[in-house]
Amino acid sequence: MLRHLPMILKNALRNRRRSLLTVGSIGASLGLLAVLISLYFAFFLKDQSTPESALRLVVRNRVSLATVLPISHGERIRHIQGVKEVMILQWFGGKYKDERELKNFFARFSVDPEKLFIVYPDYRISEDEKQAFLRDRTGCVIGNGLVARHGFKIGDRITLAGDIFPVTLELTVRGIYTKERDNENLFFHHKYMQEGLPAGFKDIVSNFVVLAESPAAVAGAAERIDEAFRNSLAETKTETERAFELSFLSYLGDVKMFLIGISAALTFTLLLVSANTMAMSVRERVREIGILRTFGYSRTTVLGLILAESVALGLAGGLVGLGLAGGLVLGLRHTPIIFVDLKALTLEPGVILLCLVLAGAIGFISSFVPAWTAAGRPIVDALRFND
Amino acid sequence: MRIPLSYNVRNLLVRKTTTLMTALGIALTVAVLVGVLALTEGLRTSFKATGHPLNLLVTRRGATSEMLSIIPRGSFLRLRAFPGIASTPDGEQMASLEVITAITLKNRDNLEGVNTNVRGLLPAGLAMRENVRIVVGRNMIPGRREVIVGRSVAARYPSAALGKNIKFGRGEWPVVGVFDAGRSALNGEILGDLNQIASDYGRSEALSSVLIRATDPVAAEALKNQLEADRALNVGVQSETAYYESQMTSALPLQFMGTLIAIIMAAGSSFAAMNTMYAAVSRRSAEIGTLRVLGFSRGSILVSFFIESLALAAFGGVLGIALALPLNNLETGISSFTTFTEIIFSFRVSPPIMAAGLVFALLVGAIGGLLPARSAANKQILTSLRQV
Repeated sequence: MLRHLPMILKNALRNRRRSLLTVGSIGASLGLLAVLISLYFAFFLKDQSTPESALRLVVRNRVSLATVLPISHGERIRHIQGVKEVMILQWFGGKYKDERELKNFFARFSVDPEKLFIVYPDYRISEDEKQAFLRDRTGCVIGNGLVARHGFKIGDRITLAGDIFPVTLELTVRGIYTKERDNENLFFHHKYMQEGLPAGFKDIVSNFVVLAESPAAVAGAAERIDEAFRNSLAETKTETERAFELSFLSYLGDVKMFLIGISAALTFTLLLVSANTMAMSVRERVREIGILRTFGYSRTTVLGLILAESVALGLAGGLVGLGLAGGLVLGLRHTPIIFVDLKALTLEPGVILLCLVLAGAIGFISSFVPAWTAAGRPIVDALRFND
Repeated sequence: MRIPLSYNVRNLLVRKTTTLMTALGIALTVAVLVGVLALTEGLRTSFKATGHPLNLLVTRRGATSEMLSIIPRGSFLRLRAFPGIASTPDGEQMASLEVITAITLKNRDNLEGVNTNVRGLLPAGLAMRENVRIVVGRNMIPGRREVIVGRSVAARYPSAALGKNIKFGRGEWPVVGVFDAGRSALNGEILGDLNQIASDYGRSEALSSVLIRATDPVAAEALKNQLEADRALNVGVQSETAYYESQMTSALPLQFMGTLIAIIMAAGSSFAAMNTMYAAVSRRSAEIGTLRVLGFSRGSILVSFFIESLALAAFGGVLGIALALPLNNLETGISSFTTFTEIIFSFRVSPPIMAAGLVFALLVGAIGGLLPARSAANKQILTSLRQV
């Protein structure tokens, strides 16, 4: 087959415009498909947890994320078997500068400052900055991702006007922590916010983060926490950090069906486009195939030549598609949507391979019928063929 | 002189496989676009049907949703004294103090459970939702410990159907009726007596929001200004319509993704259409020459091929709309980012959306057809006649 390679390539490029359009068309669909598969993979298949995050549980009100818990739950949770540490994690929301500019929307949480780096040992920060943050009641720490986006530096003042909470906070950046993913958050002292709040708001909190004693203790601790508050006025739901992250996805609607539905439509489109082109180009060449056969090319060789040409076109489309997908993934990573998996989206080697295989397979499948028919046509018929 | 349209239609029919494949490619693109538009349109319709333009929603100043708002009972009494509030035919003031909470309901698709709004309201509140109509069972009786559920809730969650008991707060609540609220988001809510629900959650004095109906648009504006200026009340006021429109943001991520996908798919489809049209031009070289000899101008050849491409795309567009049609009225849920509870609504493939789908298809056809049509028009008569 290898010695036929120049001929295959020549054939593929014979009608340059058509090949280009086909490659472009396959590329567009395949690029999208690659992005959708990457999203599906990141959301539903990939194990995103790290040894540190696997030890963490998030507690929220069973009713909904917008429903609060009494702050006193924290003390009770600490004494539950399997729990090593409990920290308040309160979504602050609020407005930073012009809220309409999407860039200014990032996550802000109030926490127990002294516990922050115990519960999140994977948030790396220098000891000096950590101490500065602990000392300053109005201090805050921010993730390296946020620094990259906003150019914040230590000593900067950040003013947050509350919306959920009727309070305005004047914060000073005291430290910057680094982390691979989920690094665009701001944390500040819960006590500082509490001081400025009216009575009804002082003793409620949206979430607690629990650090389990060991990986083996995680599941049991979650069950015991929920059990402890069962039939109380504020029942809890305790889930792993990953499950908590994923629950946000479900708010977007049926994301799984959305991804599967569109991927199916794309795959089908790919097949159509590719099959159409190959059918056209084979039909134009029936006589030529007849001539090749008279020269002594066997049916199998002719079949192989056409199939290889189509696979080559498919693969070229695949490469273009992967280039497009790379660009789209980069774009998605910079969306202001607060969703951790999106911020860290990559084209996994597995996905790349899958797309290339798919591209080749589409080329193969789409040309099989026209190639088989053309190669199987009796020579005399083929020579006489007039389209 | 124009080349008759039937010439193009026949040509498309002769090459039926190619035509069908290209059209199907365009159809899928259109179907994706129509599907995404139908989703946002459904959500918008639902929100629009929920809000009455004269209704004002009063919440704590700064609260982004009813869920996060606290209104003391005292504020409600103070608020009722303001002028400009409409009355029911019975002479009752159209002002309803309400308490909103959420409970989790489970069904087979959602073992984890989905958050559903529970709303405790005054009889006036029920009267203000004119579109609520009991379809099975009976209406709730004020003061009783019972609930009525929206039809979507009853349909999606067997545990909340008529005759069942829903467990929340401090005990069980019998479902005595199922109501239909048209296309309104209320279909996804559970309604009950204000005081009964509030006392279960220990919120008898701290409720969520107040809904008032102004007598007319001018009064509505005045009422809004007066209430917001009252420092003792410390409330924010917005029209119910505006409140629900702001919740449209929940659909933004899917809408953005869907539109982006449709546009990129459209680029792919127009390449494919271009391919098909170029092939048509090259195969009909001799025909084009003949037409020219017969006296048809370059212009009419150009128009003819362009129209053929548009016809092909229009066929694809119609096919795509047909593919997306089964989505119409299909119920789905999306959660609001302001309340974190589920909004149940149905896809709406409305005529304007179908028109948008068709225009989109024609656009694909126009992009795909222009260059091939030009190359057809530019062919030299003699060379094209010689080509076989």
